[in-house]
Order: sequence, then C-alpha cells, then structure tokens
Amino acid sequence: MELLALFISAILINNFVLYYFLGICPFLGVSKKLDSAISMGLAVTFVMTITAVISWMINNWILIPYNIGYLQTVAFILVIASLVQLVEMFIRKMSPPLYQALGIYLPLITTNCAIMGLALLAARKYYTFFEAVVFGTGSGIGFTLAIVLMAGIREQLDLADVPEPLKGAGIALIVAGIMALAFTGFSGMIKL
Amino acid sequence: MATKTLSAEYVKGLWDENPVFRQLLGLCPTLAVTNAVINGIAMGLATTFVLLLSSLVVSLIKKVIPNQVRIASYIVIIACFVTVADLFLQAFFYPISKALGPYVPLIVVNCVILGRQEAFSSKNSVGRSMIDALGMSTGFVLALLLLSSVREILGAGTFLGIQVLGSWFKPWIIMLLPAGAFIAFGLLLGLALLIESKTQKRRA
Repeated sequence: MELLALFISAILINNFVLYYFLGICPFLGVSKKLDSAISMGLAVTFVMTITAVISWMINNWILIPYNIGYLQTVAFILVIASLVQLVEMFIRKMSPPLYQALGIYLPLITTNCAIMGLALLAARKYYTFFEAVVFGTGSGIGFTLAIVLMAGIREQLDLADVPEPLKGAGIALIVAGIMALAFTGFSGMIKL
Repeated sequence: MATKTLSAEYVKGLWDENPVFRQLLGLCPTLAVTNAVINGIAMGLATTFVLLLSSLVVSLIKKVIPNQVRIASYIVIIACFVTVADLFLQAFFYPISKALGPYVPLIVVNCVILGRQEAFSSKNSVGRSMIDALGMSTGFVLALLLLSSVREILGAGTFLGIQVLGSWFKPWIIMLLPAGAFIAFGLLLGLALLIESKTQKRRA
C-alpha cells in the first residue's frame, strides 16, 4: 500500500518536471511533436528505472559500507554516463526497432538532470530497494505524462496567435506554469 | 573568436549570450532555487565557483585530454569541484545547504558548465577561458538575482528577508510555488526578447 502511495505521488504530486524542476531541457526541447515526446518519455522511464536500481546498489553496497559518501556526486555521474552508453549499445544489438524509436534520445539523457536528480533524491530519502525502484519508475512515468501533455498543448499552440516575444520558450514556460498549477491540485491527495 | 577583445569576451556573457535568458541553459537550478533571493545568490555563487575552476583546469590540460573521452573527463573535473562546493556549504552555511537540497550536487549536470567547457575552454587559452567563465557566471548570477527578486518580492513582500512592501500588500503565494516560477520566468523571457528586438531595430 505504501509502495502504491509512493508510486502515485511520484507521478502526480512530486512530479519531476513540475515539482522538482528536473529535466526542463528535454521538457522544453523535445516537446514540439507528440510522437517524439512519447519516445523521449519512454527512454527516460526506462533509464530511470535502471538508474534507480544501480544507484541504490552503489550507494548501499559501496558508498555507505566504506564510509565514502562524499564521493556520491562523482560516483553517480560516472555510473549514469556509462550506464546510458551501455543501455544504448544493448538496445542497438537486441532490439533494432526500439533503437530506431529511442535512438537519438538516449545520448541526450546523459546530461538530463532528471536522472542524476533521481539518484540523489533516492539516496537522500534513504529508500529501501523496492521503494527506490518504484520511485524510479513512477518518476519516469510522471515525466512522460508531463512531456506528452505539453507536446499535445504545443501542437495546438502552433495555430494560436501568440505575441511575438513570447513565441517558443516563453509561452511554453507559461503553459508549464499553468500545468504546474493544475498539478498542485493533487497535493494533499496522499499523505506520505 | 580570437579577434574579440578581452572585455568583449566578458560582456557577452551578461546579455548577448546570457546563459539563462539567451541560451536557455541551466534552467533547472534557475527555476528551482529562486523562491528566495538568498538561495538564488548562494546557487549563483556556487555555480560561479565550479565554472571558474573547471574552466581553469580544462583550459590548462586541454592538450592532454584525448578527444574521445573529453566529455567524460570534463564531467569528472566538474564533479570534483561540485563536491568541494557541496561540502563547503554543508560545513559553513548549513541552513543554505539545507534549503538548496539536492540542487547543489546537481550543479554537476548544469548544462551551462559543461557547455562552456565544450564550446570554449577546450579551445582557448587559460586567460581567455577565465574571462569567459567569469562573464557567463556573472550573467547566470544576474539572471538568478532578477528572477528570485521578482519571486520573493511578489511572493512574500520581502527582499533578502527584509519587508519592502507595506502591510497593504497581500503576498502572492503562487509566486513561491513551482507554478509561479514557470510563469514568472516565461514572462521575463518574453520581456528579454522584446527588449532585444527593440534595441536591434534601433541599431539597424
């Protein structure tokens, strides 16, 4: 039950984009078309789940037992960078259609602060293994939800008459703000 | 690029290539920590520290780094300085470190820093890279200061914790919420573009 609450709160309440402001770059950059937004969301969800597993292992089996917590930042960023490379190679070999769909988005994920943020947040909240996995998947789905909603709105926005200086990123940010406002309506739904 | 004077190298970071308003880089910390001016300044200074020192190191050892592993090398260099900044804040400014939370270690994935290493420090001399890093950091601090001032004044009626608006003022709580960050930044961005297009017309 607690895991379910954590899962829902990661998707709706503590949404990565709209609450933690993580992953803003892809959120603004890849949200112009609906199908690329879906691919990006899937890629992020996939990598986030794996990152949650690996970073939990690194933190609890290496960093904490040897009391070298100060290496956390360095360890996590290296693990994430090599992990994304590995995942990319693995998908290319195992599933060419999936690679076609996710291909160009995977390398972009390395510099996505959402992945690093996930590892850091999970470590700071002292999640157990299963909590970390649920948190990772839920956050990924939350990211997907936000970016897909955003892409849907932006496709409509192309036809709207937006004041010249606000075109592009400006109006996208304001739309994101209104979305964040709507999402704050979910807070209080679950008490953690 | 070599034709630019050193002062032009510095000034470009303030407006023409301002990392936040013109290049839209480093948006995550910009939006996340600007609910109070003091947090904005602390984040700006921490980023300045990391950017300056990583630019120094990268421009010093740029000839030694093999091209294939340059990004990984930059990340390790940046991560080291981020750890230094993080531990320093925890030791001497604990309340601020607590308020900034995971966003201090997240400086490591701030695209402003990696972007400058890749685009500038890896190709230019040490002095020039330092000037460039200084200019970009100043631009970043200014942007954080602007956004956090707007949000703190409208959201709490205070500036650096000091009451600036009278008791008649009802704080706009929304400005302190994530939604306020997005909307305020979107409007400021539009304003920046408006000013830019107006000045360009005058120049032409």
